[in-house]
Amino acid sequence: MAEDEFTAYHSLGEDSEDHRWAFGTGFTDPLEGIDTSVPEGIDPPSLAAYCLALGDDALIYSHRLQQWLTRMPELEEETALANIALDLLGQARMLLARAAKADPSLGADEDALAFLRESKQFRNVRLVERHDDDFAELVARLLVFATWRLALFTKLSASGDPVLAAIAAKGAKELAYHRDYAGQWVVRLGDGTGESHARMQRALDTLWPLVGELFVITGVEQALPGTAVDPALVRPETDAIIDTVLATAGLDRPDVAPLGTLAGRAGRDGVHTEALGYVLAELQSVARAHPDATW
Amino acid sequence: MVAPALTAWDVAAQTPDPELPMVTVADLGILRSVEQDGDRVVVTITPTYSGCPAMREIGADLRHRLQQAGYAEVEVRTELAPAWTSDWITADGRRKLAGAGIAPPHSAPARHGPAPLNLGLTRRAVQCPQCGSANTERSADFGSTACKALYRCADCSEPFEYVKEI
Repeated sequence: MAEDEFTAYHSLGEDSEDHRWAFGTGFTDPLEGIDTSVPEGIDPPSLAAYCLALGDDALIYSHRLQQWLTRMPELEEETALANIALDLLGQARMLLARAAKADPSLGADEDALAFLRESKQFRNVRLVERHDDDFAELVARLLVFATWRLALFTKLSASGDPVLAAIAAKGAKELAYHRDYAGQWVVRLGDGTGESHARMQRALDTLWPLVGELFVITGVEQALPGTAVDPALVRPETDAIIDTVLATAGLDRPDVAPLGTLAGRAGRDGVHTEALGYVLAELQSVARAHPDATW
Repeated sequence: MVAPALTAWDVAAQTPDPELPMVTVADLGILRSVEQDGDRVVVTITPTYSGCPAMREIGADLRHRLQQAGYAEVEVRTELAPAWTSDWITADGRRKLAGAGIAPPHSAPARHGPAPLNLGLTRRAVQCPQCGSANTERSADFGSTACKALYRCADCSEPFEYVKEI
């Protein structure tokens, strides 16, 4: 092998102003060198709030997926899930960085937004907070989340904010793989044994009260015409894809009432389920215990 | 200032990918542009996947190599659009990947509007990079790095990786 093979690691021990990932990430700005000025006509605080919501969805869900690692039935599923969680974490980092740049009053940077906000300041949909009780719940939720987010990101790739458009166009390519992975598992389990079918159907029934919230427009989207996407517009595509998967799998679309809201306020308004507190406790504990540490 | 012997592009283009060290960032299409003005250089790179953990390392390595080559001021920029596609992997890069036992990607699908659902009924045909057999099967669409899928050859029984089209 060429000597070059390991040169990427040669300077790891040298003193430099760079923090190297081998000793911790010392993450820099994932949008370094990208023009992050907000185009004229777009309200910066609204853009920040929108990116924050989309970033929080990915951050919290990535964490829930990471909790499955070392618990998956086969090595191939382990790597699949690690990759999916990593893609979502990458999307979260860029979106939170976009939010911090557009409205610095939210938080100094992506780290501050991820690690130093409280539950009620998170803007994720409640779907992503749940703890999966079994593998069927994992793939059911991944199917719903990835199908919805892929439809949303496909439309967002034409957003009036070029940074958000670029993040969405990139993310859409990844989400297509996530969705197809989940869809293939839902079909395998739904069309499998009596036991796997029953558990797959139960997983869908458990999850479904949280699905409606994905398509509810908020004031943030309304304040960003041409930049944000009304989530109601992605419902037809999301429904069509999910119905195709369910029909192939021999599963029924659940007919259940949506999870209650607090006078109409839900995840996007900072009203969360108890489950989010457990995610944040784990996600933020090191950052809060060592507030000035670089890692 | 001693005039650098190699152009900034030549220096930058030799930087290996930390996760696929048999190919360079130029082979992979991660290196988008190198602007040179005297001993000042602006290098632009693009991530393959949103969560690619190698970006930081690639940036640090580029900076280090260019400074060693005599470029005093090096700036590394990230570019997100257009999004990286596996179609940008050069012919040379594909040869090197195949030589290292990693099947190079097929053409990426052109995306206009909704992405078609694939429930696994249609499978891409991937040739085994070890024995050339087309009798291969996919083990998983995700591998040891974000950009690869896992395959197995039914003829030579060897597992191998495939760079996903994206």
